[in-house]
Amino acid sequence: MSGEAKSAESYVEKPKTLAELRAGITSGRTKAIDLAANYYERIEKKNPRLNAYLWLTKERALEQAARVDDAAAKGDPLGVLAGIPVGIKDVLVMRGAPATAGSKILQGYRPPYDATAVAKLESAGAVLLGKLNCDEFAMGSSTENSAYGPVRNPVDTERVPGGSSGGSAAAVAANLAVATLGSDTGGSIRQPASFCGVVGVLPTYGRVSRYGLIAYASSLDRVGPFAANVRDAATLLSVIAGHDPRDATSSPAPVPDYAAESDKPAAGLRIGVPAEYFAKGLDPEVRAAIEKGIDALKSAGCAVKPVSLPNTRYAIPVYYLIATAEASANLARFDGVRYGPRSKESATLADMYRHSREEGFGAEVKRRILLGTYALSAGYYDAYYLKAQQVRRLLAEEYLRAFAEVDAIVTPTAPTAAFKLGEKTGDPLAMYLADIYTVTASLAGICGVTVPCGTTKAGLPVGMQVLAAHLNEGTAFRVARAVEAARIE
Amino acid sequence: MGIPMTAKVTVEEVQRVAELAHLELSPEETPAMLRDLNAILDYVAQLNELDTKGVMPLAQVSELQDGAGVSVLRADLPVPSLDRSSVMQQAPESEGAFFKVPKVIER
Repeated sequence: MSGEAKSAESYVEKPKTLAELRAGITSGRTKAIDLAANYYERIEKKNPRLNAYLWLTKERALEQAARVDDAAAKGDPLGVLAGIPVGIKDVLVMRGAPATAGSKILQGYRPPYDATAVAKLESAGAVLLGKLNCDEFAMGSSTENSAYGPVRNPVDTERVPGGSSGGSAAAVAANLAVATLGSDTGGSIRQPASFCGVVGVLPTYGRVSRYGLIAYASSLDRVGPFAANVRDAATLLSVIAGHDPRDATSSPAPVPDYAAESDKPAAGLRIGVPAEYFAKGLDPEVRAAIEKGIDALKSAGCAVKPVSLPNTRYAIPVYYLIATAEASANLARFDGVRYGPRSKESATLADMYRHSREEGFGAEVKRRILLGTYALSAGYYDAYYLKAQQVRRLLAEEYLRAFAEVDAIVTPTAPTAAFKLGEKTGDPLAMYLADIYTVTASLAGICGVTVPCGTTKAGLPVGMQVLAAHLNEGTAFRVARAVEAARIE
Repeated sequence: MGIPMTAKVTVEEVQRVAELAHLELSPEETPAMLRDLNAILDYVAQLNELDTKGVMPLAQVSELQDGAGVSVLRADLPVPSLDRSSVMQQAPESEGAFFKVPKVIER
C-alpha cells in the first residue's frame, strides 16, 4: 500500500484559482498561450496513466489562447474565463472535434456544431483543451464502461474516479484542467467529484442548456461544472447557465452572479439532515467525515435540524426504470445511417441496424436499452414505467415539503469513498447502488453542490452533497463554501 | 393495474425485447443478460409496496409547482440550420441530400 500511496501522490495537484490565473493574464504576466502549453505538457506526462482525456483539441485551444493574449496586450476587456484551460466531457459536442460519448458507435464522428455550454465557455475566454473520458453514453458510476478504457483516480490510481464523468473529475483533481464540464443524470457529476476530492455542481433541471449534449435520459440530463474550489465552480455556472432558444426545457429565469452569492456567509441558514441518508449501507468513515462537516456548519452559525425523506429508498428503482426507458428511445438514433460506423456485413436495412448496434454498443448500454424497452413494452408499461413516474412525483413532493422548512439539505454524496477498479463490474445492481444518495435530486429536478469534506483513514476523499430547491443554487454554494472554509481533514 | 411487477423474464422475452430494440444478443451474452435483467426487475419490484393510487405520474419536473418553471418554446420562425454538406459528410454513405442504406424492398 505504501508504494501505491507514494506513486498516487504525484498525480494530485490543485490548480490555481480563477482569480489568481486571471490576474496574471490581465496584467500580461501570464500568457494564455504559455498556460495552455504548460497544461498540454502536464497532460502528456500524466494522462497515459490516468486516461482522463480521450481527444485533445490543441489547434483550437492555441488559437483561442492567442486571441486572449492579443486582447490582453491591447487592453481590451477580457471575459471572466479569459485564458483559463478547461476540459469538456465527451458527451458534449465541439465543432470538428471527435465526440464519442465513450462509445465505439460514434467513433469517427465529428459534429459540425458546438454545444451551447461549450460555446458560452469559449465566449467567456476559456481555452478548451480537449474531450474527457466517461462511461459509454454516461451510463455508469465508475467510468469503467468507456469503450476507450477506464479512467484512474488521481488520488489512488488503483481506484475508480467514479462516473460517469470520471474524466472530468480526475482532470481537475490532477490539474490537467483548471475546470471541466460534465453531465449528471443520476449522480454523474456529484459522485465522481466526491471520489476525486473536487467540487461538482448539479444545476437545477433547465438551468443550463442541453443543446449539443448527447442525450441519455432527457427528463434527467443536466450539464454542470467541476472545479477545485466552490467559488470557481460558481463562476463557471454563471457563464454556462441561462435560457437557450435551442433547448425548450431551459429556464428563462435570470442568472445570478453565483460567485457573489457564494461569498455571502452561511450564518442563519436552516440546514436539514435526512436520517434516511445515514442509515444502513453508509460507510462509517464516510459518516464520520460528514458529521464533522455538519458540525462545521453549526459553528458557522447554521441552524441544523432533522428532516424526513421517507421515500428515498425507492429512488434507485424509480431512477433505473425512468432513465432506461428514456435511454431506449434516445439511443434509437444510433443505427449506422447518419453518423458513426456502419456494420459491413448486412444485406438488408434491418440487419444493418442490428449489426451496427451490436458492434457499436457495450454491455451496460445494451442492458439499459433492454431494460428500458422491456419497461415500455406492451403489457408492462403500467406496471413499471407509469408506477415509476408516480413514485417520482412522491419523491419530488417530499423534497418540496422539506424545502418549506429548511434552506438546504446536506447528505453524504456517496455511501463509500472510491472503490477499486473491477470491484463492482461483475454486478450491475451493486454498481447502481453507488448512486443511492444522488438519484433523488435528479428525479426531483432540484440543484446541488458536492464539496470535499474530509477523507477516510486511507486518505480517500469524502464529499458532502448540499441540496437546495429549484433555482436556489446560490444557497447551495453558500453552504458549500462554509464546509470548504472549515478545511476538514 | 394490469401485470404486476413480479414477472420473470424468459429467454424468449429477452430475445423479443432485443428484436424490438434492434439489438442482437449472442448465445454467450443471453444468459448473463437474462440473469442481470431478472435481478434488476426483482429489485425494482419493491415499488409494489407503495400505494400510488390517484397519484399523477410525473414525466418532467417542469410540471411541478414551485419547480424550475415552464418550458419556453421559441418563436415559430424560419432560421438557418446546420449546413447540409457538413451534416451529410458524417454519414457512412450518402448521396447529395440522401442517406444511402441497404435495399429495403425486395423485388
